[in-house]
Amino acid sequence: MHLEKRSSTSATAFLLAPLLAVLVTLVISSLLVAWAGAPVGRTWGLLLQGAFGSVFAWSETLTRAIPLMLTGLAATVAFKARLFNIGAEGQLYAGALAAVAVGGLHGTEGLPGPVWVLFPLMMLASAVAGALLLLGPALMKARLGVDEVVTTLLLNFIVLLMVSAMLDGPMKDPTAMGWPQSVALQGELELTRLIERTRVHSGLIWALTLALGLWLVFKYTVFGFNVQALGSNARAAAFAGVPVTRTVTLVALLSGALAGLAGAIEVAGRTSYVTLDMSPGYGYSGIVVAMLAGLHPLGVVAASVFIAGVLVGADSMSRAIGVPTYLADVIVAVSLLCVLVATLLTQYRLRWR
Amino acid sequence: MVDAPVLRLSGITKRFGALVANDNICLALQRGEVLALLGENGAGKSTLVSILFGHYIADEGTIEVNARPLPAGNPRAALDAGIGMVHQHFTLADNLSVLDNVVMGTEPLWRLRSQRAQARTHLIEVAQRFGLSVQPEALIGGLSVGERQRVEILKALYRGARILILDEPTAVLTPQESEALFRTLSQMVQEGLSIIFISHKLTEVLRLSHRVAVLRQGKLVAQAKTADTNQAQLAQWMVGHAVDAAPRRPAQSVGPTVCDIDSVSTTGGLRGRLNRVSLALRAGEIVAIAGVSGNGQAALAQLLCGMQAAASGVITLQGEPMRASPAWLVSRGVARIPEDRHTVGVVGDLPVWENVVSERLRSTVFSRGPWVRRAAARQHAQRVVDTFDVRGGGLLGPARSLSGGNMQKLILGRALLPPPGEAAPLLIVAHQPTWGLDIGAVAYVQAQLVAARDAGAAVLLLSDDLDEVMALGDRIAVMHEGRLTEARPHGQWSRESIGLAMAGAAHAS
Repeated sequence: MHLEKRSSTSATAFLLAPLLAVLVTLVISSLLVAWAGAPVGRTWGLLLQGAFGSVFAWSETLTRAIPLMLTGLAATVAFKARLFNIGAEGQLYAGALAAVAVGGLHGTEGLPGPVWVLFPLMMLASAVAGALLLLGPALMKARLGVDEVVTTLLLNFIVLLMVSAMLDGPMKDPTAMGWPQSVALQGELELTRLIERTRVHSGLIWALTLALGLWLVFKYTVFGFNVQALGSNARAAAFAGVPVTRTVTLVALLSGALAGLAGAIEVAGRTSYVTLDMSPGYGYSGIVVAMLAGLHPLGVVAASVFIAGVLVGADSMSRAIGVPTYLADVIVAVSLLCVLVATLLTQYRLRWR
Repeated sequence: MVDAPVLRLSGITKRFGALVANDNICLALQRGEVLALLGENGAGKSTLVSILFGHYIADEGTIEVNARPLPAGNPRAALDAGIGMVHQHFTLADNLSVLDNVVMGTEPLWRLRSQRAQARTHLIEVAQRFGLSVQPEALIGGLSVGERQRVEILKALYRGARILILDEPTAVLTPQESEALFRTLSQMVQEGLSIIFISHKLTEVLRLSHRVAVLRQGKLVAQAKTADTNQAQLAQWMVGHAVDAAPRRPAQSVGPTVCDIDSVSTTGGLRGRLNRVSLALRAGEIVAIAGVSGNGQAALAQLLCGMQAAASGVITLQGEPMRASPAWLVSRGVARIPEDRHTVGVVGDLPVWENVVSERLRSTVFSRGPWVRRAAARQHAQRVVDTFDVRGGGLLGPARSLSGGNMQKLILGRALLPPPGEAAPLLIVAHQPTWGLDIGAVAYVQAQLVAARDAGAAVLLLSDDLDEVMALGDRIAVMHEGRLTEARPHGQWSRESIGLAMAGAAHAS
């Protein structure tokens, strides 16, 4: 058995590939559901209902999709330039920490100043924190050839330990009865709710705007062109005069900033303080989102809603029947593998001897 | 030749999607015969040989060695059947000795002690029989290209090859080294070996082979005894129509120096370094650099394409010190044609139009602030595509889908056709501009370079192809181990003197 490169890829194959991937995912996951002893049809029905069956379900799914969208965009920008940023998780926490540092209720009042100064400052601080965190690995890659996968991945642990230190130290919330939790954000800095009595917040608008903006950047600007050229053929890009180091640096700043913003928006929109478990791996899931979206900024929106829907739906489904929520992780993982295989098969044909 | 053939290919067909790389090819090879497989790039020679050696599996057809069928897709079986292959790009480990390289893969994995002494004796025996002198303990890294090729051949012979396939064996050799190779091959044939010799150089084919098989677009279009044919006939078979060599057109009027390279050296580099190279490039003149590849041509091209800075020495462009920046060079009117069009010339995944403007994206013609002026860019791209007849793919298709010739036309057009409001190029740096192209595309590229010269550009042509150097160069210089000879007028060189200079001999004038 071996792979042989296809001379061309037909348009139908291109469209069919993701559909087939979803179908295979469904089949494989259904087998697992059946194995768990649950009725397959009902399980899917409950999952779908829990994710998209009501306004509340939608609001929960979208709330969950917001950080995924932002970390997904972070991964998209970086991966497009072949800067493999695995550190979005750490950048998210750094952003969250920076947001609380600027906007938290330190002492009794926090920083003085009107909201229209503090809010942009808070967002900027989180973006800068995330960006700076990725700048080191990016420069080390560009200048010294240090593998950024290793550096960004390991930085995640460093950042998490630092967050832990802050939550037990300078930023500890004295009213939290000893829980490792930061002080809360000033109330005026929190994002507004989009729908009454739900958790979905205006961070969604931030995320959608950023996705659209990123799409415009990639499609219409010199920088966008440079990133795509660099990502698909670095040698040719350098030959054509693309400023390689500058572009990689900008990409790193942008990617880190997006992940940092994800942290600030989670704090300002949902949790209002930093805890060590505020992100159930959004930084890593962002990579899955980006891959599912085929590194397309608008695709990221759809992919993040899909994954958030699976996660939220599985939660609600497992409350109703005894299928563990781990099914959600399996679905996400299998769907990623299926999409990767499907994409591979649009370019290669499988040959049996 | 009444014996049964040692090798018989019957009805070999291989398709890649819609492309038929080999179409019902039937060939037989006799004992003690040199069969030349002639064809342009993309004619299907490499595919055929890869099938023979088990890298690909034919869709249809069978292979027989000594009247026994050869299992498909199994290189090991091909080796066992006595088929040896000498690739164009050597497959030797630089950090191992000749003996290690030859023995590699022939010893059983589970034996604790290697039978080196025995292997050594056997290797020397084989080497003597075929007149291939080698030192078994020498490191591959320290050998010349010709010597490495000898090791590759020995490797095949050591394994008992009776049928030897040589893929473009002279591409990396000096004329003198090629002669030595031809003598070795004749000796092998006398020993009863059979040889398949792949080439697109007609003179070699006529000189060496007993029989010629010509491939064109995947089909076997002609087979003949070499003695019954001639160069014009072979060329016509290969291309499909009569070809006449374009007459040499010398430079008309040579202008002032555009680019002056003064005693430039570079450091490091796997691809050769430069050692105090001096050269003046003048308007309206083509300077051609000959040399065996890997002697520093790449370093010189990198330097003049802005990809590398000189370690010492000065390069001036129109009196201004040259900067190691592609963008700066392009803005100063330097047109660059890189050696490797697939990996350096274009970004394959991006559309044709973006590749046409990629070098000048920062200029105000194609961008306003951060925004790309897409309409202007596409308009210019359309002009390039029309003027240089870039076919297949259209403006929006990925550059990857273009054939080699069309990709090269795109690169030529991008380099030579100035966007509205900008001047024609002053200096053209062309590194192997016709490498791997079919005869039609070669003629087109060469004509464009000559036309640009006649329009007043200074042209630097770096080529491994001696014929090209002789055909285009108004002045010729030869590169060897990073040193460049004086650039002398075309008339003062002969093939022999260039060959000697390529081998590093200080040439008598």
